[in-house]
Amino acid sequence: MPLLEIKNLTVSFDTAAGPFMAVQGIDLSVEPREVLAIVGESGSGKSVSMLAVMGLLPNTATVKADRMAFDGVDLLELSPSERRKIVGKDISMIFQEPVASLNPCFNVGFQIEEVLRFHMGMDRAQRRARAIELMKLVGIADPEERLSSFPHQMSGGQCQRVMIAIAIACNPKLLIADEPTTALDVTIQKQILDLLVSLQAKYGMGLIMITHNMGVVAETADRVIVQYKGRKMEEADVLSLFESPKSNYTRALLSALPENAVGDRLPTVSDMMFEPAPSAAGAAS
Amino acid sequence: MSTTVLEGKNIVRDYHIGGGLFTGPRTVHAVKGVSFKVDKGKTLAIVGESGCGKSTLARIITLIDPATSGDLFIDGNKVDIARNGLTKEMRRKVQIVFQNPYGSLNPRQKIGDVLGEPLLINTDKPAAERRDLAMKMLKKVGLGHEHYNRYPHMFSGGQRQRIAIARALMLNPSLLVLDEPVSALDLSVQAQVLNLLADLQDEFQLTYVFISHDLSVVRYIADDVMVMYFGEAVEYGSRDEVFSDPKHAYTKTLFAATPRADVASIKARLAKKKAA
Repeated sequence: MPLLEIKNLTVSFDTAAGPFMAVQGIDLSVEPREVLAIVGESGSGKSVSMLAVMGLLPNTATVKADRMAFDGVDLLELSPSERRKIVGKDISMIFQEPVASLNPCFNVGFQIEEVLRFHMGMDRAQRRARAIELMKLVGIADPEERLSSFPHQMSGGQCQRVMIAIAIACNPKLLIADEPTTALDVTIQKQILDLLVSLQAKYGMGLIMITHNMGVVAETADRVIVQYKGRKMEEADVLSLFESPKSNYTRALLSALPENAVGDRLPTVSDMMFEPAPSAAGAAS
Repeated sequence: MSTTVLEGKNIVRDYHIGGGLFTGPRTVHAVKGVSFKVDKGKTLAIVGESGCGKSTLARIITLIDPATSGDLFIDGNKVDIARNGLTKEMRRKVQIVFQNPYGSLNPRQKIGDVLGEPLLINTDKPAAERRDLAMKMLKKVGLGHEHYNRYPHMFSGGQRQRIAIARALMLNPSLLVLDEPVSALDLSVQAQVLNLLADLQDEFQLTYVFISHDLSVVRYIADDVMVMYFGEAVEYGSRDEVFSDPKHAYTKTLFAATPRADVASIKARLAKKKAA
């Protein structure tokens, strides 16, 4: 049974100019212990579809799906309070801007322990022990001392490690990483990706990696979904995607990689891309 | 015979941080004696992680901040803005494009005014001529006349970066400093902007100083590469030299950390995973 199964997901936003379809009929599934990458440029709806799973979209969004099941439970039929028991515990998410996603008013120890208190009901001593264990796990030196650091006292890479510690605090079955390394340097990016993949293997989590970086896909994923303007363009395992991409868009994306440049100009997506379906109009903003 | 547009000798930049109530003043050595030389029509790429001093160096080259010590030559003339100030003529020679196209355009200024402003400040061209030049430049960077009266929020990230590039080119500079111009852009848009930069370089014989931490972009666009680490240039040479035979340990780390998107390395990774 797949860990997460989504059938025909559509998300539309009410705007002054009428509804805007951000996601149009996406199907996806993640097996336990699998790394799925969702690739696409900004506006392709890759983050929105995952925020819909987490239930984090604003009120202006309408989420519809034939099925959106996590571990056999249909998320759309749950009451908000039941859903909150799953989100953050069994499914958790890491965001793009590590510094912005931590609360600047509280030290990181508090923020890690908050999850443990809410979802696991641990007492103070257990929470602290677990928080130290988590900090060690994500590779922060001097965990006892660092628990009382505030986010502004840490570097971007360390903040992202803290975010990962919070996300894996309750041993989630599924971890969603939304552009986890876009704001980081290459050397730090490598460390964070290695950390995510090793944690995924160690705890047997499902991992969804949202990214626009083909290099990150190549380094981490088992299976890849390519999205463009709210539609799925292609789904393939990672090797066949890079070896023999089927859709024009994937081919265009791959040839736009600077390392694949032939001659002294890069081919761009618009050189090869057919015009998308008319209902996607308005996505170019 | 190529002419040298930009030359730096032993550029040093220190920042003095004044002491607080309980702490004494201290000095941060942001750039520690960096030397470089760029010929006309060539591209020097400066690579390094955040905090290594590459943006400080960019500000010195762009004549925004003076160097603490060291000599900077532009078109063979020594420039010292700390002593002599900055003339309009110098400003016309060097321009910069910043990393974040969302932050570098004034949201309350129409694109026409954005492009006209460098001319208004640095030249005494009449309004009609400024308008003509701005229209021409819009065409050059792949936008149209209809964009002249629009505001920055009406454009996508890639279009804004085109506008920022257009603004930098309004004064016909000989040297353009590009501070991570494509790192905020999507892959497909990044390719368009890189192509635009290459086209413009061919057309105007521009000299670029290209700052980036993305090695695949650097490999594509650069002639010479300088790797900076904690304020020092740890490696400096032609692109092929640096990429085929990195000497310094940090450069090697950098190469090892860059994700590879070729089939062979995916196969290697999958095989390793299966074995584990």
